[in-house]
Amino acid sequence: MRLDCTVNGERHQVDGVWEGESLLYVLRERMGLPGSKNACEQGECGSCSVYLDGTLVCSCLVLAGQADGAEVVTVEGLAHAEHELHPIQEAFLAAGAVQCGFCTPGLIVATHDLLARNPAPSEPEIREALAGNLCRCTGYEKILDAVRSAAEARIP
Amino acid sequence: MSGAGASPARSPVREGIGESVDRPDGTLKVRGEFAYSSDLWADGMLWGTTLRSPHPYARIRSIDFAEALALRGVHAIQTHEDVPGRKTYGLELADQPVLAIDVVRYEGEPVAIVAADHPETARRAAELLRVDYEPLEPLVDMDQAVEADEPRLHEDGNVLRDIHVRHGDLEAARAEAELVVEGEYEIGMQDQAFLGPESGLAIPSEDGGVDLYVATQWLHVDLAQVAASLDLPLERVRITNAGVGGAFGGREDLSMQIHGCMLALHTGRPVKMVYTREESFFGHVHRHPARLRYEHGAARDGRLVYVTARIVLDGGAYASSSRAVCLNAATTAAGPYDCPNAELDSYVVYTNNPPCGAMRGFGAVQTCFAYEAQMDKLAAAAGLDPLELRRRNAMDTGTRLPTGQAIDGPAPVRQLLEELAEMPLPASRDGGAPDLRELPGGVSNTTHGEGIRRGVGYAVGFKNVGFSAGFDDYSTARVRLSMASGEPQVEVHTAACEVGQGAITVQAQIAREVLGVERVIVLPSDTQVGNAGSSSASRQTWFTGGAVRDACEAVAAALLSRADERLGGEPDELSPDLIAELIGDDAVEETREYRPRRTEALDENGQGDAHLAFCFAAHRAVVDVDVELGLVRVVEIATAQDVGRAINPVAVEGQVEGGIAQGLGLALMEEIQLSEGRLRNASFTDYLIPTILDMPPVRAAILELPQPEAPYGLNGIAEAPTIASTAAIVAAIRAASGRELTRVPVRPDDVVGLAAPVA
Amino acid sequence: MDFIQPTTWEEALAAKAAEPRSVPIAGGTDVMVDLNFDRTRPEAILDLARVPELHDWGAENGSVRLGAGVSYARVIAELGDSLPGLAMASRTVGSPQIRNRGTVGGNLGSASPAGDAHPPLLAARAEVELESVRGTRRVAVREFFVAPKQSVLADDELIAAVHIRRPGGAEQFSKIGTRNAMVIAACSFALSVDPVARRVGTGIGSAGPTPLVAQDAEAFLEGVLDETGGWQSGRPLEDSVLERFGELVGSAARPIDDVRSTAAYRVHALGVLARRTLAWARGQES
Repeated sequence: MRLDCTVNGERHQVDGVWEGESLLYVLRERMGLPGSKNACEQGECGSCSVYLDGTLVCSCLVLAGQADGAEVVTVEGLAHAEHELHPIQEAFLAAGAVQCGFCTPGLIVATHDLLARNPAPSEPEIREALAGNLCRCTGYEKILDAVRSAAEARIP
Repeated sequence: MSGAGASPARSPVREGIGESVDRPDGTLKVRGEFAYSSDLWADGMLWGTTLRSPHPYARIRSIDFAEALALRGVHAIQTHEDVPGRKTYGLELADQPVLAIDVVRYEGEPVAIVAADHPETARRAAELLRVDYEPLEPLVDMDQAVEADEPRLHEDGNVLRDIHVRHGDLEAARAEAELVVEGEYEIGMQDQAFLGPESGLAIPSEDGGVDLYVATQWLHVDLAQVAASLDLPLERVRITNAGVGGAFGGREDLSMQIHGCMLALHTGRPVKMVYTREESFFGHVHRHPARLRYEHGAARDGRLVYVTARIVLDGGAYASSSRAVCLNAATTAAGPYDCPNAELDSYVVYTNNPPCGAMRGFGAVQTCFAYEAQMDKLAAAAGLDPLELRRRNAMDTGTRLPTGQAIDGPAPVRQLLEELAEMPLPASRDGGAPDLRELPGGVSNTTHGEGIRRGVGYAVGFKNVGFSAGFDDYSTARVRLSMASGEPQVEVHTAACEVGQGAITVQAQIAREVLGVERVIVLPSDTQVGNAGSSSASRQTWFTGGAVRDACEAVAAALLSRADERLGGEPDELSPDLIAELIGDDAVEETREYRPRRTEALDENGQGDAHLAFCFAAHRAVVDVDVELGLVRVVEIATAQDVGRAINPVAVEGQVEGGIAQGLGLALMEEIQLSEGRLRNASFTDYLIPTILDMPPVRAAILELPQPEAPYGLNGIAEAPTIASTAAIVAAIRAASGRELTRVPVRPDDVVGLAAPVA
Repeated sequence: MDFIQPTTWEEALAAKAAEPRSVPIAGGTDVMVDLNFDRTRPEAILDLARVPELHDWGAENGSVRLGAGVSYARVIAELGDSLPGLAMASRTVGSPQIRNRGTVGGNLGSASPAGDAHPPLLAARAEVELESVRGTRRVAVREFFVAPKQSVLADDELIAAVHIRRPGGAEQFSKIGTRNAMVIAACSFALSVDPVARRVGTGIGSAGPTPLVAQDAEAFLEGVLDETGGWQSGRPLEDSVLERFGELVGSAARPIDDVRSTAAYRVHALGVLARRTLAWARGQES
């Protein structure tokens, strides 16, 4: 099957995709974008979170063909330029919210979505919005610090 | 100038010891560009997969792979017959087959491996493998395994190890005790549940050897096992630690290392293996489930007179690190208290349950849950506040364990409890309309305030730091100082595995501190440098930090010699300009091993200085319990922990908070559920780890009481947060519900008072 | 594996008729798990995500016609006032990522006894609109589920929509899980108390081979409200009524012991949830 979609602003055309592959598999193994992670492949951990046509989804639960013609944004597409970091990425780094980092891409995309919809979230709102992203290393405290500080920096 | 180890003044350096330095790999990680072992790729790469036993115990009559091999895209299928060298491996005993030989002893045991051009092809091929099993009756009860020798799972019987600690005079103690409390406790099987799946890439090399990139915790122990099974000399197997997505003990044992290399060497192509999440639950060891029976005897004023404990740990099908877990349980069994008489018996047995091994806390978690429950019972019997009872019995520096070993470092049990006692409790919920998210059950709308009682619980725990009982534990560091683009640059090369904890960060901090050079690069960890030991036992910052320090000091000394030779005298200060002049084109490189004081094995009465050092942490948990539904919300966890010296304060806090989350998981929700040796919940749908909605705020008091003999006075920190947090949470639930709660994870049934169904 | 991607409802129906064994996928939150875990390898997958007719909802004489492809996130955002019970249940589904993709139609299609949307639909006495090339039919949700993961959906049929009457009174939903997010219910309960229609509706999840209705409990409560004129008066119900209601709900369950919970706990918890939700529906303390 051929897959044609835009990822992080770039057109990708991939041939030979097996119909049962997920968008996550295509991103990682066929498009050279391994930033989205494969911690569970059942939608329980959020490590594969991406934007599909502007909506936050688990890419492991999107069938490859469903992304045909779609616009996908992954963690690799959030920074505005090659040598910069998105303010949310900066905030995660500065807060000590990254340990093994496997959950980090998914959390950064989910945080990006949260702050786009709700620029000044309360703590319960942050927790509810990030409840689909598991982290095993940090206990979430510094992730909360990172989200709060990213919100305070008033992301444009 | 003073003697050995002293250094001349360094330029004041930023990002040295004691600062919350950013992780050097952080930028790559937040950009999604950090290469984890599951992200690796090589030209011409094949995908490997593992066929695993569906039975917990069975004989293998035959394996027929003609049909599978004929599938287009399949390049190789291998069984135990294809293992070139030693057919078994293991951390302590080489009792675990690389691929099953004639019998499988646990559900999920690897039987065959397949290499194919696409993971889907490999899976289909594995399905076509015809294995003829003769299922056998599995041995699944740990108590039965202690008593019965049939079925005999391994040659030397089903009791893998038993340790008997005898301290004082128990008979006299029993006569003396005025208060006696007993209890039986059970800990379910917890899983490390690291997020990065087991994975790696094996690339055959031209010299007939292999280059392996794998997520692991201990490169050199992997190397020894891989080389032995591949029948290759050590120099022809080169292992690099690829990016690790968390470990917590679950990567100390081999996963795909030998399998990937076998397929790569056979096919002549790179082979990548990535476990699925479901496979991961079968693919690594778990925390030992345990049954503990305790009796505490005390004087009327609550002072301990004796402790007896019978601890049984279910080691599952293969030995892994069970023998060491058994020892840790035995030596921590009486808790961080002054215990004048004790009989402590610790057993670890083989069963056909999944193999158990290292998980953060390593035997000390299980004993802590039991002894802290006992201490609360004793407090109640003595009419004392739980903190007071603990204060009266607390260890101090100099207190002897029931094994005879005196704690020669800080043993700040009272101090940690004082810190907690001084922390104000969180405000109670006000009477107004509650935000559902602040109630047990959350947005699932199970209560609007009905049935809620608040409870507070305390617990204190301890554990050894470093490997024990005479093990030759050490680390190695190679440090090279050179000029790069006109600036001095330090390269630090160790085999210490970064698993998320920040090993690479602290190595760089120590190098900066010693050498006063800002630019420090920590090279990838691989087997091209000497052994660093395991990233476990809370030891890596101590041991590898010590090796880095020593190698840096050797580099500094070498520089001073050069200065002496060239400039006729040692300078008072090694400024960057002077360093640049002394280095020029001629780098300075030193390699050092760091080896602290040797520990001793225990004798037949469980006596001996078996441990290097100890770490202590105390916890206070505040919970709201819906006593009608048995649902729990943890409101706050406060902790006080002694870390010796915080090399990187933010990283220390990260370890504390993360460890507490795992303790919370064991208290409330995490258990591998087994039925006759079969896993019932091998997925994140039903093996539940805490989400951000389950974790409360953590309030931490970090103490820095210098650990003698350790570099910079630091102490191991990573396991202490996981040891007593479970016990504190359950104590709080007991206070709220009035239930005895002798088992973790606590289920709603237990809180409500419904009996467990008979299995 | 064939991948079929219709862009109209007609195409979708024709495709399902031509390949009755094809597996429909919309949000993918169920089907993809089975695919990724190698539990199923269907010959064909029918992607319904691009069929515009499925993504609408509309109001029609006091009911909402909810297209099968409307996500839980939209139910929460757009139907919170019209369908409060379903919106409450939607909020407990999975995670934001799952709620953005998962659909009520998909929940019905999987027909799991644990589906979060089922109890509120049962309580509301909703109807499922099924369609095939042979025509359309409506099936009461209360008759839709047949066995675990099996419904009356024929091989050539697709779920077009669910018709849910806007409640004349209070709706409630409550779900028990052992952690606070992303959890399959140990048991769940939905309640509708409708003084206009003078009907009580219930729905029980995860406590039987299918989602269940507590018929005796409904009849009991309707009787009490009829006799005491309690529909309109808003007078608090007696504790004994709340208790009895809870007991009857508990005894309607047909639970087993499984990896998520025990039968005894489910019966107990349903009783508590029933009592509490009834008190909340009546605006009283329980």
